[in-house]
Amino acid sequence: METLLEQIESGKLWQFPGGIHPPEQKFVSNQIGIGNLPLPEYLVLPLKQHIGANGQLLVNKGEHVLKGQVLTRPGTNWSLPIHAPTSGTITDIKPMPSAHPSAMPELSIILTPDGEDKWCSLTSRESIEDLDNKALIDILHHAGIAGMGGAGFPTYVKADSAKQIEYLVVNGVECEPYITADDMLMREHAKEIISGIEVMMSILSVQRTLVGIEDNKPQAIEAMRAAASHNDKILIRAIPTKYPSGGEKQLIKVLTSKEVPSGGIPADVGVLVQNVGTLYAVSEAVYQGKPLIERVVTVTGNTIHTPQNVWALLGSEVKHLLHSQGFTPVDDQRVIMGGPMMGFTLPTVRIPVVKTTNCILAPDNQELAVAGQEQACIRCSACADACPQTLLPQQLQWFAKGKEYEKLEEYNLFDCIECGACSYVCPSEIPLVQYYRVAKAEIREQKLEKVKAERAKERFEARKARLEREQEERQNRHKRPARTAPAKDKAKVSEALERVKSKRPEQSAVQAAIERAKAKKADGDTSTLEPDNSAVALERAKRKEQARKYKEEKAQSSDDSASKDAVAAAIARAKAKKAAAKAAQETNAPEQKDAKKAAVAAAIARAKAKKAGQSEASGSETAATSDNDPRKAAVAAAIARAKAKKAAKADEEPQPHSDESAEQAVAEPEDPRKAAVAAAIARAKAKKAAKAAEEPQPHSDVSAEQADAEPEDPRKAAVAAAIARAKAKKAAKADEEPQQHSDESAEQAAAEPEDPRKAAVAAAIARAKAKKAAKAAEEPQPHSDESAEQAAAEPEDPRKAAVAAAIARAKAKKAAKADEEPQPHSDESAEQADAEPEDPRKAAVAAAIARAKAKKAAKAAEEQQPHSDESAEQTDAEPEDPRKAAVAAAIARAKAKKAAKEAEQQTEVSGNAEEACPQPDSETAQLSPEDKRKAAIKAAVERAKAKKQAQEQEGNDLS
Amino acid sequence: MTLIYALIAIGALALVFGLILGYAAIKYRVESNPIVEQLDAVLPQTQCGQCGYPGCRPYAEAIANGDEVNKCPPGGEATVKKLADLMGVEAKPLAGGEEAEPVKKVAYIREDECIGCTKCIQACPVDAIVGATRQMHTVIADECTGCDLCVEPCPVDCIDMIPVAETKQSWKWQINAIPVKQLD
Repeated sequence: METLLEQIESGKLWQFPGGIHPPEQKFVSNQIGIGNLPLPEYLVLPLKQHIGANGQLLVNKGEHVLKGQVLTRPGTNWSLPIHAPTSGTITDIKPMPSAHPSAMPELSIILTPDGEDKWCSLTSRESIEDLDNKALIDILHHAGIAGMGGAGFPTYVKADSAKQIEYLVVNGVECEPYITADDMLMREHAKEIISGIEVMMSILSVQRTLVGIEDNKPQAIEAMRAAASHNDKILIRAIPTKYPSGGEKQLIKVLTSKEVPSGGIPADVGVLVQNVGTLYAVSEAVYQGKPLIERVVTVTGNTIHTPQNVWALLGSEVKHLLHSQGFTPVDDQRVIMGGPMMGFTLPTVRIPVVKTTNCILAPDNQELAVAGQEQACIRCSACADACPQTLLPQQLQWFAKGKEYEKLEEYNLFDCIECGACSYVCPSEIPLVQYYRVAKAEIREQKLEKVKAERAKERFEARKARLEREQEERQNRHKRPARTAPAKDKAKVSEALERVKSKRPEQSAVQAAIERAKAKKADGDTSTLEPDNSAVALERAKRKEQARKYKEEKAQSSDDSASKDAVAAAIARAKAKKAAAKAAQETNAPEQKDAKKAAVAAAIARAKAKKAGQSEASGSETAATSDNDPRKAAVAAAIARAKAKKAAKADEEPQPHSDESAEQAVAEPEDPRKAAVAAAIARAKAKKAAKAAEEPQPHSDVSAEQADAEPEDPRKAAVAAAIARAKAKKAAKADEEPQQHSDESAEQAAAEPEDPRKAAVAAAIARAKAKKAAKAAEEPQPHSDESAEQAAAEPEDPRKAAVAAAIARAKAKKAAKADEEPQPHSDESAEQADAEPEDPRKAAVAAAIARAKAKKAAKAAEEQQPHSDESAEQTDAEPEDPRKAAVAAAIARAKAKKAAKEAEQQTEVSGNAEEACPQPDSETAQLSPEDKRKAAIKAAVERAKAKKQAQEQEGNDLS
Repeated sequence: MTLIYALIAIGALALVFGLILGYAAIKYRVESNPIVEQLDAVLPQTQCGQCGYPGCRPYAEAIANGDEVNKCPPGGEATVKKLADLMGVEAKPLAGGEEAEPVKKVAYIREDECIGCTKCIQACPVDAIVGATRQMHTVIADECTGCDLCVEPCPVDCIDMIPVAETKQSWKWQINAIPVKQLD
């Protein structure tokens, strides 16, 4: 038994199944040698002319390049460079129709030759002995050599095969009718081809090289034999003419008897196939240093005057080739790129020759008849007999028609080489290959989509998991206080214990409240361990008391200093999340003044941060005389001003205000400062300072006239308006409407000067956000009017309602629905709150904070309104509310991400402040002035500080 | 007596087989309803919610529980057919009478107009939109399933659904064969 090698050596050939014998038509173009073409007017060089990725552009429009100059730099992923086929100028780089049946535009370099055809410097070499494989492969890579038989597979990738290659098969078969490019190349350049073969052999270190040439090319066989006579490892084999013996798998079968497995590549059986044209290019690249810039193209067909093979520069348009060979088009002229069996009809002749173009066929209508009408399959099985891959074309056809893609794959559709033999033999003229091509594309796409769907699913599930995790985290955050709710009882117990232990007669309800608040906090902090809790609470209470005692000793000015301190502490805690509402309720009317002082102290202390205790004490001590108030106010103003970006403007505006108020309100000397601060901040924020400045003025005038008792309103209103306007995207609209509002409401409501402004703000925000500005704008108007009419005694309700409505509108996509909800709300609260003027403020603040944070504003607002009502019923005087509100609002503002909401909150703050001022003033005479300063300071400090407090605040508010 | 033997024999056999079955039931337990997995695999995973369920898997579960198979517009007729095959029901035309072959689309954010609100990011079921608050957002086209869900939440309507451009790779060969005729 002979070994395979021996059999091959002895010249044995094998047969592949199927195959056809179409008319060869080779004589048409192989009568004369390879011609040269004149330089075309321009060359179109697609960046991608092979299978794989295209390189990176190295040249720019307008650049002059030399022949052989590299135009793109290859990257990874099978990418190849392209080179300038001649010297000239890059006139453009743009998408141009590509050499593809679709002629889909592809990025191409357009090169206008300068006619000099001047080469760049080339590195030619005599031998390759001093080059290792890597260097050789690099040369192939950078010469841009791709398989020139038709597929355009990068040659360097093939040459770099990791698998051991036994046989190099050289494909000079050229089985397709008409094409003679390889034939002519072998005849004229056999020597170069053989040297190319030797280069590949040295890279791959193969046993034998088998050159397969169909026996209808005797001259080529002769030339190759002569050229290869020196190397007995190169075997030239004349193989019987049969289509498609030039197919890679068929040729391997014929020459080596090996069969490439389904879905495999020749390297799997130790064989590598290279086209003779490719090997010629390899030889040129290695020995001459010439990159792949031209190739032999057969121009043939009955409409060509001189059918011939030509050296065509890559990038020459098909039109150029046709015309230089004498092209006389007929009716319905078709021009085919490639052969008649596997080529494709070009949609246009303005398509460039690329590395894989081996033939331009321009037949007349007798030569290649237009495909006839498809008939029904008669099940003659001729296609199965012709199939070189032993597939069942008929079955495949049924499945392809029925789009049964799974079946198609089962029947090995992807082993089809699309040779067209089945279509050729089909008596019913069924374009079988077309069906397969479509089905293949379809299956490929489905697979791609499947991969994509899989990835989408993964991502979707990852996202779902993430959201769930986040939700859980959020729930856990909320759960903790809920879990400790039963611990309230424990807190009460510990509180009672404390009281019993301390037995301090002077301890007031305030202290109890403080302790309760503490205990609660402690519960929250230290989970559920009861004994620990009480111990901690006790300890803390003791410490507190000590501190208080110490303060008492120091501050002998009055008997209420203790309560003062208590209030101070309460406020400090108020900042620390929970106490806000509670502590406020517990404070009594007689301690109002002290509370204010304490608040100032606390604010300053906080501003300084860290050494809170000391500064607190000193603050309360000195506060008795209240001479430091002005200083504090100054500090507040300073901070605010430091913030304000446009200090100049800020300074200008407050002045008139302060003058007015100074005249009006001797009892409230600080108001102007506060107002100044607020205004400064607002202005700093406002982007359109000019507008902002214009509008507030009329407002303030009006209100100044109307409201003697509320000199700050105008300023606040101005601030609110400024912010709102700054935010509103459509400033123009926003400006027009608020004015109307304010005018109307100003006339209607002397007691409610803020309504119009707030309404305006709300409207502005709503408009800015709402997609349908028109709708949004229509709705706020009636709304604010209504509320203005309804609520003479309840000045804040309309504002609240407006704000709520604005938010609701901004958020809700269907504004109508959103509006319906807030209105009943405000009405309700308006009815309820006659005797409780502060409630609305509180509620507003709470709502503002909640809204700023909570995503579902509606819910939050609903919850808080009843809440505030409750607390309002409990307390009568509550003079600190405004301050707290200010603080809370400040925090919220600092946090609020969405500016619109921010603006809303500020309106509310200002509303509160407005309301708050007259009351303490009238009640508490001369000491009340500090309130405002304190509030301002607090607001400033808090804003600067608080980043995540709002979040917690929200939680507290809700609870 | 024979009757008792017979009863004992049958009883013993029953016991043995019962044990075998019981063991097999535990040993070869199928975790979840495999039909749901299969259905889910067929669905296009755009997670668009056009079926009325919050994602492809919920719809797969719904189909397994007897819902109609024709509620997946992104999947087109092909998906309906596959689902019908799996469920052993008659394939129906797509609910809503939409065109048979849905055009593949991807979202595109007109970046000049984006205000950085992150609403679309939150809406995207496959996290295919990148961006941060007040920063321009953009769509990772490769990951976009074309589900449309980001278009609605955009406050400035800067998201377009653009049909996926055909490339040489996705192009489907439709040219006619080039028959070679023997000349006499």
